[in-house]
Amino acid sequence: MIWNEHHECMEREELRKLQGERIRAMVERVYFNVPFYRRKLQDMGIEPGDIRTIDDLQKLPFTTKQDLRDNYPFGLFAVPQQEIVRLHASSGTTGKSTVVGYTHNDILMWSEVVARSLTMAGVSGSDIIQVAYGYGLFTGGLGLHYGAEKIGASVIPISGGNTKKQLQLMEDFGSTAIACTPSYAAYLGEALIEEKIDRKNIKLKAGIFGAEPWTEEMRAQIEQLLGLKAYDIYGLSEVIGPGVSMECSCQNGMHIFEDHFIPEIINPETGELLPYGELGELVFTPATKEAMPLLRYRTRDLTRLHAEPCQCGRTLVRMEKCVGRSDDMLIIRGVNVFPSQIESVLLEMNETKPHYLLVVDRENNLDVLEIQVEVEEQFFSDEVKELEELRRRIHANIASLLGLSASIRLVEPGTIERSMGKAQRVLDKRKLT
Amino acid sequence: MIIKQLSVFLENRTGRLTELTGILAEHDINISAFSIADTADYGILRMIVGKPEQAAEVLRNRGFAVKITDVVGMIVPHRPGGLHKALQIISDSNITIDYMYAFASGECKATVVIRADSLENIIRVLQEHEMELLQQGDVYQI
Repeated sequence: MIWNEHHECMEREELRKLQGERIRAMVERVYFNVPFYRRKLQDMGIEPGDIRTIDDLQKLPFTTKQDLRDNYPFGLFAVPQQEIVRLHASSGTTGKSTVVGYTHNDILMWSEVVARSLTMAGVSGSDIIQVAYGYGLFTGGLGLHYGAEKIGASVIPISGGNTKKQLQLMEDFGSTAIACTPSYAAYLGEALIEEKIDRKNIKLKAGIFGAEPWTEEMRAQIEQLLGLKAYDIYGLSEVIGPGVSMECSCQNGMHIFEDHFIPEIINPETGELLPYGELGELVFTPATKEAMPLLRYRTRDLTRLHAEPCQCGRTLVRMEKCVGRSDDMLIIRGVNVFPSQIESVLLEMNETKPHYLLVVDRENNLDVLEIQVEVEEQFFSDEVKELEELRRRIHANIASLLGLSASIRLVEPGTIERSMGKAQRVLDKRKLT
Repeated sequence: MIIKQLSVFLENRTGRLTELTGILAEHDINISAFSIADTADYGILRMIVGKPEQAAEVLRNRGFAVKITDVVGMIVPHRPGGLHKALQIISDSNITIDYMYAFASGECKATVVIRADSLENIIRVLQEHEMELLQQGDVYQI
């Protein structure tokens, strides 16, 4: 099923024309309504009339997270306050949070892209969807909620946490779909076993998971635990929230809703545009956004784009699962390390579960990485030599993948904090000194 | 002949062992024998308890990684050369011991708990030499 066949299956040339028109109107809006952008464009000698087609996109300046912080809270809004109907904010790990605003039309557009996303996952008006993303300042809960209502599904706005209640409603209401972070999905799956709930009473068929990086191995694990098909949804509040792109049933990358969010891949160091298929930083221009239209917003996410037609019939470009957010990327002794790589190693070994914590510290001016891994009862041997052998294997696999020697610390099951929202995978103690 | 031993993975954290013994006390489970294999980060606690299945269940429910392992309990005379004679029999039969721990029980006897690659062999050899073996039912009486 395709929610909006006209826009999702458009001829590429026709789509580019539409994008061009939308960009042109957008640049006009920001030039006249956002002093920050007017100054920026004037400094570069660009006038609204210079942007006519999608090929002119590259002439525009980038916007970074720092620009959002500098203009905190409402400096980048392009409409008067009274037109703003919703505010969301992301928790700022460094300094102030990032604030985003929405007009009524923005909310409608957001609902539309989430409706398309849910349809991709096979969710329809006859489904009961449990929205276990956090409701509140975080865009996950309300974003999924409005899209699910738009397609006419029955929404359970349970929000994140309260695991026992989640399982109870899942069983009693017969939820057929669930939306949450992948780490919470895995946690729910484990809790299902712990609570000894009969899987026959669970009717879930689709899971819409996103807001944090996850791996194919984790997908397999969640699918097995919850007995559903797991779909990857991507989004970021600066662009709109969840629903920027979504996996179709071919699960061959996430289709970006390009009629609204125009993607580019750039070299993160030079800013130079890269062709389809090359790895680089993902940049979005949300061309139809009214409240906060950002020019070429740098996501810090590293991925590739593919434009080959998809078997599902959609012509929208597909993005690969992000290699990592450059915010998540750790540089340890000069080696780039993404938590997702470590997770892959652990899951491939099939001897541990994806509960781990990376602790980075500096000893004698040298970065040290400790990986805490929970000992699973089924793999627990009561002989020291066997456990030491497991540690050696993890160490060797990490070393061969990353070229980095990490110390492996085995910890008791359940001791690494489970998150109800985004999983905390990294403890970087180097920043404290 | 085979005794059920309880093995528990324990991180080296202050108070962790006390938590465990507290849980066992709460459930009226008696510890007959006890040993810890320690490394820098963690230890493996091995115990002979009165109700191993129940003990495993209550510890699991409290988040411990628990395993029940088969071991052999060998009873040797509590006097010079008692242990030596028993070990001589085992090594003469080319049996490798993975680990063992021992404790004196009373004035004249000591019990040795042994984990080896082949418990059947060890039991056979010891019986051939008329060594006394601990029965699961004896565990309370140690």
